[in-house]
Amino acid sequence: MKAFFLLIYEIYQFMVRFFKEAFIPPYEYKEVLNQFFEVGIRSLAIISLTGFITGLVFTKQSRSSLAEFGATSWLPSLMAIAIVRALAPLVTALIIAGKVGSNIGAELGSMKVTEQIEAMEVSSTNPFKFLVVSRILATTCIVPVLATYMALIGMLGAFVNVYNNEQTSFTSFFQQAFVRITFVDIAVLIVKSAVYGFTIGFAGCFNGYNADHGTVGVGRAANKAVVVSMFLIFVEEMLIVTLVNNYLR
Amino acid sequence: MAAATQGNTNKQPHPGIDRNNAVIALRGVRKAFGPMEVLKGVDLDVYKSENVVVLGRSGSGKSVLIKIIAGLLRPDEGTVKVLGSEIDSLGTRALQDLRSKIGFSFQNSALYDGMNIRANLEFPLVRNKRSLTRKEIDDAVAQVLDDVGLSQTINQMPSELSGGQKKRIGIARTLILHPEIMLYDEPTAGLDPVTSEEINDLINEVQESYKTSAVIITHDLTCAKSTGDRVIMLAEGNFIRQGSFEEVFDSDDPRVQHFYNYNFITKT
Repeated sequence: MKAFFLLIYEIYQFMVRFFKEAFIPPYEYKEVLNQFFEVGIRSLAIISLTGFITGLVFTKQSRSSLAEFGATSWLPSLMAIAIVRALAPLVTALIIAGKVGSNIGAELGSMKVTEQIEAMEVSSTNPFKFLVVSRILATTCIVPVLATYMALIGMLGAFVNVYNNEQTSFTSFFQQAFVRITFVDIAVLIVKSAVYGFTIGFAGCFNGYNADHGTVGVGRAANKAVVVSMFLIFVEEMLIVTLVNNYLR
Repeated sequence: MAAATQGNTNKQPHPGIDRNNAVIALRGVRKAFGPMEVLKGVDLDVYKSENVVVLGRSGSGKSVLIKIIAGLLRPDEGTVKVLGSEIDSLGTRALQDLRSKIGFSFQNSALYDGMNIRANLEFPLVRNKRSLTRKEIDDAVAQVLDDVGLSQTINQMPSELSGGQKKRIGIARTLILHPEIMLYDEPTAGLDPVTSEEINDLINEVQESYKTSAVIITHDLTCAKSTGDRVIMLAEGNFIRQGSFEEVFDSDDPRVQHFYNYNFITKT
């Protein structure tokens, strides 16, 4: 129990330090941009592929149920709601947690146990600002962009399935799809993706930066970064959906 | 007392040592990790242009001592003055400025895995001297690589280098800022005898060329004998002997004898 409260205190301290270092100059612009590239550009291929498959398969699975009621014309709007409100932010976050979160945990963990972080400190560089702040900022800013991108690609996947079955035109499909999407849906997509991005970056950095016990600690840090961030993403999804449904819809 | 000879030479005290100018001064430094007290009130003066070797068994607190000097760890008690500044009283910016005058060579070299050798060497330079031109940076990198004899490795990754080369690059990375003080943490650990001797020679060359003072943490007697102007033996959290290499080991203290015998070296 004592260890649990100690962990909570350490997380609190880490978070306070993050916000302090993020707002106090000097800023690590170059490293933040570098991390934008690492998190964003290097994840584009997998996000494109999974987004397309998600949209395609989800449409295919939903078709039979809607066909029973002769309601296949609802597919575009149903897919838009499912993808924008739930699938795109959630699937993007889970993929980034697995790909980027584990990478951050392993990278910082290995830097910690091989004294590279201390080497940075004695080189008159603030390693927290350089390594932690830049990565958390990058995941927080890039996950919403990737989630929005995945929503579009997912809709494209849905369109392919609808076009193959109903020969609906591209314009007609997207007109029907977006008729049910509101500004709140888009805003919630962006905000909750940012929350997931922050969670992924924070879990990766916290576990990596505090890694110990040599190479075993590095593996443990990478593993914890993924497990903790995925668990938190589901908890956050539940809370955000409850809040939005109660107060914004 | 001794078992075998390693052909090492005994270093003569450097003529430039200024005994009136202590660049590092520790007074009553204590440090504990939980119930284990690692340093029990250590006093130390390191003079300008002097190489001080701190010898001790693994886990005796040697690395803790230099991490305290570099400000990476805070002592529980006592004062640490480096180049006239008390480390504990310095703000972040002042501590960073002071650290740019201290070179720290880590036991495992601590080269940045994700950067090639050029980027590793540029890193401290571009972050401390932002006004430098590209040419000045390139010249500085070429100079330190030449000083450590590894100019050909400039575009290689750390993973492509041998242990000895990594140590040299680690030292080069600290030299690029022209530090006044060098801190070496186990500079010859894990190296074969020939490479160890090369590193020992490099430490002496750095002292000569860069006019540095140094604290060298080691358990290698050959390294201590070849590089130390003064040798200090650390055991059970205290300095138990200090002086020249011969003075330290001319002792009946069983802790000193035990340490000496296990290093397979003669006193001559």
